[in-house]
Amino acid sequence: MSKFGKKKKPMPAVNTASLPDIVFMLLFFFMVTTVMRETDLKIENPTLPNATEVKKLEHKSLVSTIYVGKAKDKKLGAGDKIQLNDKIASPDDVTAFILNERSQRSEAEHPYMTTSIKADVESSVGTITDIKLKLRDVGALKLSLSSRKLTEVKQ
Amino acid sequence: MARRETPEINAGSMADIAFLLLIFFLVTTTMDVDSGISKKLSEKPPKDYVPPVIKEKNIFEVNINRNNEMLVEGETMQLEDLKEATIKFIDNGGGEGKVVDGVSTGPCDYCQGARSQTSSDHPNKAIISVQSDRGTEYGMYIKVQNELLKAYTVLRNRLALEKYNVSYNELEDSYKKDSKNEELKKKVEFVKASYPQIISDAEPTSVN
Repeated sequence: MSKFGKKKKPMPAVNTASLPDIVFMLLFFFMVTTVMRETDLKIENPTLPNATEVKKLEHKSLVSTIYVGKAKDKKLGAGDKIQLNDKIASPDDVTAFILNERSQRSEAEHPYMTTSIKADVESSVGTITDIKLKLRDVGALKLSLSSRKLTEVKQ
Repeated sequence: MARRETPEINAGSMADIAFLLLIFFLVTTTMDVDSGISKKLSEKPPKDYVPPVIKEKNIFEVNINRNNEMLVEGETMQLEDLKEATIKFIDNGGGEGKVVDGVSTGPCDYCQGARSQTSSDHPNKAIISVQSDRGTEYGMYIKVQNELLKAYTVLRNRLALEKYNVSYNELEDSYKKDSKNEELKKKVEFVKASYPQIISDAEPTSVN
């Protein structure tokens, strides 16, 4: 009797307890798969100069970066040091560095390759000029002097 | 009386919390966008290259010494005044323009400068030469470059506003968004060609 006379049970709510797990899984998936190219700086983190007339660097994959600043390692002495990839180098190594960067890209992309110089405000122009001369010799003519964008106060 | 079951804690909002966290970090993390002053290096001249003779009045000489002091056209100048002086020089328009493909561009009809005989002939002839010492601070060098570029931006904006009623920056932005647009391209190229950036870095002086 009672078997048939039972009241209809309400629909059970869908268990949403595992939803956060799904979201977290997504989060972790993207965290693990995103690669941020980060080079170990052998020089002190350069304080970039400020400028207003800056252009954004496009095509990040075509940018090769040269760092200029003081060495972290005091044994290397004072003065400006140049860092290419993960090593402290001399201006003469710039040529090899650029050729190496080129060999990793297809021929068609070579004219669009840009060299970005990240130099400390306190480094001297002489060092930059040495690099520039080497770049000119090897034909890497597109150059970007990395600087932070400063939004000017309206006058 | 039947024992009451402990009600299950509603975990549905956990997802919201996770999303909130995710969005919070998405918004607050700034990934450094690389930006910088772009320069085009000149090509290496061949060995037997004879540099063309350039009239002294078409060269705007900026010297920076190792104490980060500036000498412009033989006189000391503060950084704040450089932009004005540069604009005056570029926009002078005192003579005929450069000959492009056998056709003379004629006098500068959009310049608003003093048209002095002792300053530049035409914006496309006006050369800015920056010479710095090896010991000059890089920060100072960038500041000077920045002021020079500012001068060009002012002039380009002015010309674009006059001709097309939009500033050059906006013109460039809209061209970037719509790079197929031939009309926009023409406009951008015209303004660019009217005030071409000719900044040359002379070999630095070295003392030691």
